[in-house]
Amino acid sequence: MKLSLTKTGSAPHLTPHTLHNIHKVPAMAQLTLSSLAEHHEVLAEYKEGVGKFIGMPESLLYCSLHDPVSPCPAGYVTNKSVSVWGVGGRVEMTVSKFMAIQQALQPDWFQCLSDGEASCAEATSIKRARKSVDRSLLFLDNCLRLQEESEALQRSTIIGVIEGGDVMEERLRSARETAKRPVGGFLLDGFQGDPMTLETRLHLLSSVTAELPEDKPRLICSVSRPDEVLECIERGVDLFESFFPYQVTERGCALTFSFDYQPNPEETLLQQNGTQEEIKYVHQTKKIKTTGCNQEMTSFEINLKEKKYQGDFEPLVRGCSCYCCQNHTRAYIHHLLVTNELLAGVLLMMHNFEHYFGFFHSIREALKNDRLAQLKELIRRQAS
Amino acid sequence: MAAAASPSSMESAPRIMRLVAECSRSRARAGELRLPHGPVATPVFMPVGTQATMKGITAEQLDALGCRICLGNTYHLGLRPGPELIQKAHGLHGFMNWPHNLLTDSGGFQMVSLVSLSEVTEEGVRFRSPYDGEETLLSPERSVEIQNALGSDIIMQLDDVVSSTVTGPRVEEAMFRSIRWLDRCIAAHRRPDQQNLFAIIQGGLDAHLRATCLEAWLAKWCHVRTRDPRQQTPGHREAEQMTKRDVPGFAIGGLSGGESKNQFWRMVALSTARLPRDKPRYLMGVGYATDLVVCVALGCDMFDCVFPTRTARFGSALVPTGNLQLKKKQYEKDFRPIDPECACPTCQTHSRAFLHVLLHSDNTAALHHLTVHNIAYQLQLMSAVRASIVEKRFPDFVRHFMGTMYGDPTLCPTWATEALASVGITLA
Repeated sequence: MKLSLTKTGSAPHLTPHTLHNIHKVPAMAQLTLSSLAEHHEVLAEYKEGVGKFIGMPESLLYCSLHDPVSPCPAGYVTNKSVSVWGVGGRVEMTVSKFMAIQQALQPDWFQCLSDGEASCAEATSIKRARKSVDRSLLFLDNCLRLQEESEALQRSTIIGVIEGGDVMEERLRSARETAKRPVGGFLLDGFQGDPMTLETRLHLLSSVTAELPEDKPRLICSVSRPDEVLECIERGVDLFESFFPYQVTERGCALTFSFDYQPNPEETLLQQNGTQEEIKYVHQTKKIKTTGCNQEMTSFEINLKEKKYQGDFEPLVRGCSCYCCQNHTRAYIHHLLVTNELLAGVLLMMHNFEHYFGFFHSIREALKNDRLAQLKELIRRQAS
Repeated sequence: MAAAASPSSMESAPRIMRLVAECSRSRARAGELRLPHGPVATPVFMPVGTQATMKGITAEQLDALGCRICLGNTYHLGLRPGPELIQKAHGLHGFMNWPHNLLTDSGGFQMVSLVSLSEVTEEGVRFRSPYDGEETLLSPERSVEIQNALGSDIIMQLDDVVSSTVTGPRVEEAMFRSIRWLDRCIAAHRRPDQQNLFAIIQGGLDAHLRATCLEAWLAKWCHVRTRDPRQQTPGHREAEQMTKRDVPGFAIGGLSGGESKNQFWRMVALSTARLPRDKPRYLMGVGYATDLVVCVALGCDMFDCVFPTRTARFGSALVPTGNLQLKKKQYEKDFRPIDPECACPTCQTHSRAFLHVLLHSDNTAALHHLTVHNIAYQLQLMSAVRASIVEKRFPDFVRHFMGTMYGDPTLCPTWATEALASVGITLA
């Protein structure tokens, strides 16, 4: 249901040791071509695939084009190529270069080369929307052809990418045409945006997923907030990127929202007395930027830099089973943040991942028991 | 255990060191420290966790590496978060959730090395906090008060720290003042049963001054050798009448600054020659592998240094042949681990090539991998040194170590060759 986030092949701040401390880590991790494309020669020489190279040989790996956290400049997609940005600068990929890179990586799944510049974020011209669909289908057909000829990529699954901006007609065309190809799943690209356009985007999303086969997974990129996740799940999405907990970590915050939709009445009282108070103090966020770590704090989290945590010897979240909450206090995290210590990022990442993965676990439970409405209501209350 | 000080009573500090083996050629010793938070095998390298954290690695990771004692800094922690808060958190152990031993320095070194506007008087060191500009006085009493609140297993006296490149009367002044400040520290120490206060031998690079310092202490604080009145000589009985103050351990301070290695080893050797055999010798600020091995040969038991953890964060991995600057292009396609003999988690899972890629990204995990490895390297080195002492093959160990590090014993730095020769170990 969710992809574990990596940055250059490693969970942010975490080594395998500290990653293993986290419960319910997803079986599938996300890699990004933006961080790995420039190293493809090394990987080609290594020969044994990116999973082994990064020290995650047991994990399933999905390779996306871009990093959900870092925005990439627009205007670099052509009829023949797409560009990604690594530390060394721009890497331009034609279909054959793209497939050569994937051959070196040998991921389990990979996002097909696609034109993602017509997103819902700003109004797209029909012409541009059409181009994004045409190009992406052309890339897909070429990639599928090359995959057939490649021994190394026989076990990899290509994920087809649904494009089309905010133009319904194009979105439907993209969905129907992509579904005709032998892809292993679908990536719903360009559905992120601001709250103003939420209704439209969600409507668009429903229409798109209705066109897709039931038996293949639907991934969505750039959507990671708990409330948005639930909206998307209701509209047929299966897999999400886990960059939200990373963004929370980078701003020195800890996720505290409750996802316990079937609480023990006594516990509820205790938890609620805690969480209600915190929601009161937190800034209401009205505007959400679409990408980047400069997102404003949400009401799903607390800011450990605040002075009031200086002498707070409670764990980040009472009852949380993560390494940080089992071993450390808010006061300690506050100290680490104030003194700019590296351990702050490590401990917060461990907590935020665990909390977020716990949320997804509760989603799965709610779906199984047909209680998604309750969970959604609980999250909605905390999202205001 | 030592009781609270009173002028005319006989006090002797706890014997915290048990010697397990001694090299028959050199002055190397293997031992065990008995400390409130568990035993510590010596010789020991203590990683430095300045602000109540070991720089990006968790307490669990540090424990898994076999670390049983590490450092915290009184200067930093005294300012942020402050002793009152740490006391509320059940001491530094409670605050950072570290189950093993902690050693805190007095804040003296930072006072001089970090704070440009500090002023030293007989009272203490007056300085301005870099965080809020407030003026504070770090006196022997205040330093011990903070360290009592921190609750570390070993605490250091406040000493008058002078750079090893300074010469002249200031060095002598600092040396004698440090002795007076030790007295004040002992008097102010409220928890002698739970925290071991170490003295620091000063004297700069002046052999005479160092010897004077050592003599002054040894005259002042004789050991009580026996309680049987029939075995006491008249002179010894006289000594018993004196106020005796004793310390459980000694640190050799004022070195590992800008001095030449040639002067450095001679001061260490001079100190260990005169320090009591049955007490731990802590050589402050020493951490390069060669220096550790040589100073073990010279009779030191405990070491600390920021070098291994700091150099990790610059992408440098410590290996038996020196170090690997993993950011360099030569490691781009090197698929070997940092050290195939190393048992640390980094070497068990990752290659130099992967670490090279990760170091060029903005993922801090790269730094943590190297921090883990470098601490493992230091601890594994000390372990190997200790085993060789216990198994009576320390001189051979030294020869092999130098051979690996420098390629050929004749290529070993002159100061190290001379230092080792002075205690009976020849390299050729």
